[in-house]
Amino acid sequence: MSVIRLDGVTKYFGKKAALDGVSAEFETGRIYGLLGRNGAGKSTLINSVCNRVRINKGEISLDGERLQENDKALGHIYAMSEGVNLPGDMRISSAFKVTGDFYPNFDNEYAGELAKRFGLDVKKRLGRLSTGYRTIAKIIIALSSGAEFIFLDEPVLGLDANHRELFYRLLVERFIDSGCCMVVSTHLIDECANLFEHVIIIDKGKVICSESAETLLNEGCAITGSAAAVDRFCKDMDILSQSSMGGIKSVYVRGRPESVPNGLEISKPDMQQIFVSITGGQEGEGDTK
Amino acid sequence: MDFLTDSDRPIYIQLSDWIADMIIQGAVKEGEQVPSTTEISVTCKVNPATALKGINMLVDKNVLYKKRGVGMFVSEGAVKILKEERKRDFQEAYVKTMADEAKKLGIGKKEIIAMIERSFEE
Repeated sequence: MSVIRLDGVTKYFGKKAALDGVSAEFETGRIYGLLGRNGAGKSTLINSVCNRVRINKGEISLDGERLQENDKALGHIYAMSEGVNLPGDMRISSAFKVTGDFYPNFDNEYAGELAKRFGLDVKKRLGRLSTGYRTIAKIIIALSSGAEFIFLDEPVLGLDANHRELFYRLLVERFIDSGCCMVVSTHLIDECANLFEHVIIIDKGKVICSESAETLLNEGCAITGSAAAVDRFCKDMDILSQSSMGGIKSVYVRGRPESVPNGLEISKPDMQQIFVSITGGQEGEGDTK
Repeated sequence: MDFLTDSDRPIYIQLSDWIADMIIQGAVKEGEQVPSTTEISVTCKVNPATALKGINMLVDKNVLYKKRGVGMFVSEGAVKILKEERKRDFQEAYVKTMADEAKKLGIGKKEIIAMIERSFEE
């Protein structure tokens, strides 16, 4: 087993801390969900790990070895980021070859097979691809990289439903075959919530939750009913978020009461709802404890 | 695949119930092979650890057994084990609930039996 460890990582852009004392661990043999709202610091975290941005404070290590400016160790990490780091006039087949120069375990045959499954013409030039196919090309390179740690930043951007489905299947397949570490940062939480073994939520540059997916899903519950009854029943509970419509109120609380009085309903929220409630509501306001 | 729709129960339990259903309904017979954890996690897009947990629930109940290097198979007597378990659940989830409600409404034992007989004839 290999592990990437971030310890007190801080990165400033001007005066703003994009990452503010972030500590986290990523182990091989696990799939991580890296969740956060727009601008929370997800991409900065990924770019810091693969040394694309220089951090101001803290340590990032792979099995105890410092990662910054360490090309040998960085060869174990592949990060698919928002941009394409290769020239636009490069053909996809050449992009495969170039990646293979940096990643000795790059599987060219597998990349070709994936291109076929996605219907991607490898003779096309990168700059000529639609948004969806540009993402597909990046996904293929990442999954074929043979790296022990694969970071995927918004891997389904612009993908239609069929291609997203195919991507999730391939992700699991590749994960099982290689036992690598996959870190997926995404906005489409519901679609891949079941894939994650561990979830890290960052907000305003800080890790506000790092939990096994199962624990996170069982940590709280939603209680719904008439506003007065809900308020009465939940007054001593740890309320994480609430919303109401007309006289009906729904609160998300930590823990799960054994039973609820008649007229109230108890349900288990999904990961999307949990995410929204712990990152402070849809409008970026509300109870952010 | 979209049979994992019930968000109120953990995924591994839903997976385990899904396989149990296939066995009870005879879609997979005793002695036959069930999908591997790999197939399940790829098809259902769930973490392999979750799929394994669901499978292991059935191994613990002696419904499935592992053939080394080959895969998971349905044990002899699996249907009987599952049906007996479901019967116990039926008692808990339906019969007991019904009896409690009946007491609340003052419906007697004879009346309930008559009601059940009527429902069976319909």
